[in-house]
Amino acid sequence: MQRIGVFVCWCGTNIAGTVDVKRVADALRNEPGVVFSAEYQYMCSQAGQDMIKNAIREHNLTGFVVCSCSPRMHEATFRKTAEAAGLNPYMVEIANIREQCSWVHKDMEIGTEKAIVLGRTAIAKVNLNAPLTPGESPVTKRALVIGGGIAGIQTALDIADAGFPVDIVETKPTIGGKMAQIDKTFPTLDCAACILTPKMVDAAQNDKIRILSYSEVTDVRGFVGNFSVTIKRKARYVNEEICTGCGLCTEKCPQKKVPNEFNLGMDTRRAIYIPFAQAIPKVATIDADYCTMLKTGKCGVCAKVCTAGAIDYTQKDLIMEEKYGAIVAATGFNPISMEPFDEFAYSQSKDVITSLELERLMNAAGPTSGQFVRPSDGKHPHKIVFVQCVGSRCAGASKGKEYCSKICCMYTAKHAMLIRDKYPDTEVYVFYIDVRTPGKNFDEFYRRAVEEYGVHYIKGMVGKVTPTGDTLRVQASDLLANKQILIDADLVVLAAAIEPDKSARPLATMLTASMDTNDFFTEAHPKLRPVESPTAGVFLSGACQGPKDIPETVSQASAAAAKVIGLLVKDKLVCNACVASSDEAMCNGCSTCERVCPYGAITYADKEFRMPDRTTRIRRVAQVNQAVCQGCGACTVACPSGAMDLRGFSNKQIMAEVDAVCK
Amino acid sequence: MQVTEYKPKIVAFCCNWCSYAGADLAGNNRLNYPDNIKIIRVPCSCRVNPMFILRAFQRGADGVILCGCHPGDCHYTSGNYYTRRRMALLFSMLSYLGIEKERTRVEWVSAAEGAKFAATMNEFSAQVAALGENKRLEDLRCKP
Repeated sequence: MQRIGVFVCWCGTNIAGTVDVKRVADALRNEPGVVFSAEYQYMCSQAGQDMIKNAIREHNLTGFVVCSCSPRMHEATFRKTAEAAGLNPYMVEIANIREQCSWVHKDMEIGTEKAIVLGRTAIAKVNLNAPLTPGESPVTKRALVIGGGIAGIQTALDIADAGFPVDIVETKPTIGGKMAQIDKTFPTLDCAACILTPKMVDAAQNDKIRILSYSEVTDVRGFVGNFSVTIKRKARYVNEEICTGCGLCTEKCPQKKVPNEFNLGMDTRRAIYIPFAQAIPKVATIDADYCTMLKTGKCGVCAKVCTAGAIDYTQKDLIMEEKYGAIVAATGFNPISMEPFDEFAYSQSKDVITSLELERLMNAAGPTSGQFVRPSDGKHPHKIVFVQCVGSRCAGASKGKEYCSKICCMYTAKHAMLIRDKYPDTEVYVFYIDVRTPGKNFDEFYRRAVEEYGVHYIKGMVGKVTPTGDTLRVQASDLLANKQILIDADLVVLAAAIEPDKSARPLATMLTASMDTNDFFTEAHPKLRPVESPTAGVFLSGACQGPKDIPETVSQASAAAAKVIGLLVKDKLVCNACVASSDEAMCNGCSTCERVCPYGAITYADKEFRMPDRTTRIRRVAQVNQAVCQGCGACTVACPSGAMDLRGFSNKQIMAEVDAVCK
Repeated sequence: MQVTEYKPKIVAFCCNWCSYAGADLAGNNRLNYPDNIKIIRVPCSCRVNPMFILRAFQRGADGVILCGCHPGDCHYTSGNYYTRRRMALLFSMLSYLGIEKERTRVEWVSAAEGAKFAATMNEFSAQVAALGENKRLEDLRCKP
């Protein structure tokens, strides 16, 4: 027989305002098993907890119920209280009489009556509670970072600095991500490559970091501390160990007409290529879609010129299976497609470009070697129109994104400023809905573009861009002056909205990490746990969680690394105590539970049973891996023989709750 | 003779991660819903055994509502899909037994949908109240 204590909390006036706590305590005193009942102003305070501890000792309590706020709030607190007084922490139940009673009802009578029922329900449950001990699972002291942009690089560097091995998996032939394509960074205007490439080199030279470029994660199994990940290393037809990155093959390859994705297709590269001069790893990759040798078997120029003998046309995709304790998603972003926005004539004119294309046009290593000229005729543009929020903040529209892409206001100010600085004879117009420049030194930066550099900022949206002869006719409205404007521009730059990389959605499914409607990863808590995914052991870094600029990305990357390190330093993880368990005497080994388990926590073993007639029989029975079971209870309902039950939420406990509610 | 307003007895099973938190949020925002709805916390909506629902009706509940995370958002990945299938079967069987299908419901309520939780409860309570007392499965031996 249990000896149960009941503690009713006033929570100041939060509960006592609409619930007669004294009456609740008195009413619950007569419930079965209850030997002690009291109320107090703040049960969660030190004094309140001491009161519980004393009652446990004085009245020899075997379990207790706290009628207070939501168990999501203080269940852990009161479990610790129980433990401190020598009671098993799972002998505690909470009756939620604040969030689900006193705050919902205004009438004292109604609130009190409901609180009594809720208390009675919790008592009925705790009468059937059994002491539980959580299991433990080991931690693989190694991390996986998916994505090799600035977010992934920073996370990997920080984890490696703490002494743990890290693998970076990057789908492209090189790490570096979007930042490698950017020319200058705001608000300091220092060159992106100058600050990124040393970090890439650091990552390559760190003996704790292994870079798996041109690779993809294809499967993730396991759970926090014990992930098992399948990685596909795509065939690059070049032996990474031998290639010296001399680049001779990339000069001699006869297939010259491959669109260069690093320059967003504004120039061409060879079928064998190194994406950019500072690529890491600096090895060549053969593009199988364009390589004549791979397609027809007739060429082999690269193999002939390669002095190191690194070319291997027979290379196959390599599948590797690795173990990790923690996984960081750093899959980054892409600008959205401009196809649905044809009012800006993106598909009709070469001189309508996106901002990322402008970055490449202005970059010294870009398609024009840094000469700022129009893509159509190579002439220097004299009148440039920037259009902000293309595809951003399109609430209710059939195309584009509802959210603000966050970085466009600042990079447009940067572009305008750089152009005016280099070519003062250029007129620059920026059309905006709002200028949003929160951030350290950000608004000052934008003011400088307007005041020092004389960039024309016009509030209003561009309605239509029409290519007319040599120029682009831009039709726009000036909302402040309330008039229509026509500008004959030489170049139109669209600040395309950004969206999560396409690889994020399948990855989220593999990781069982949740996503929002825009395919950004969801954080465990929007304010208090911003770098953790709700799935234990999965962390978020960079723009895969939401639009971010570089400083924010780097800080989130380091924050994610700190969380990973905090996990990896542990030798053992304490598992959930409320897990499923099978009654072997009742189990008939039918495999139904195994099929519904989302975690693969159930296995089968042949066990010897003594029969009533003293013979022994060997039967196949289910066994639950406590470290893997997350305690959802799917198996308990599926089990046809009723052998499977969930600790802490057993069939009997829930039935008792149902009975108490319906009494 | 004093006529008291009929209040149906309703059991609400809420999953710990979404709907129970949604119910908490309704409270945080001081949104009202009827006091005759009592919430039982379960780890996942898929923990709800059809037996629990039958038991509730036997013990005199007039309605049972089951709340879980939205499809695709289940904390346990696929638990609510099991719920959806199981309850479709159970509810059709209940209606075969003469329990009106309006007395049962599965609703997806996320942790951010406090307003939806309150609205759903108000609506469901009114719907069950309109049907009156459940006498079909009620076990008279359970009556006080």
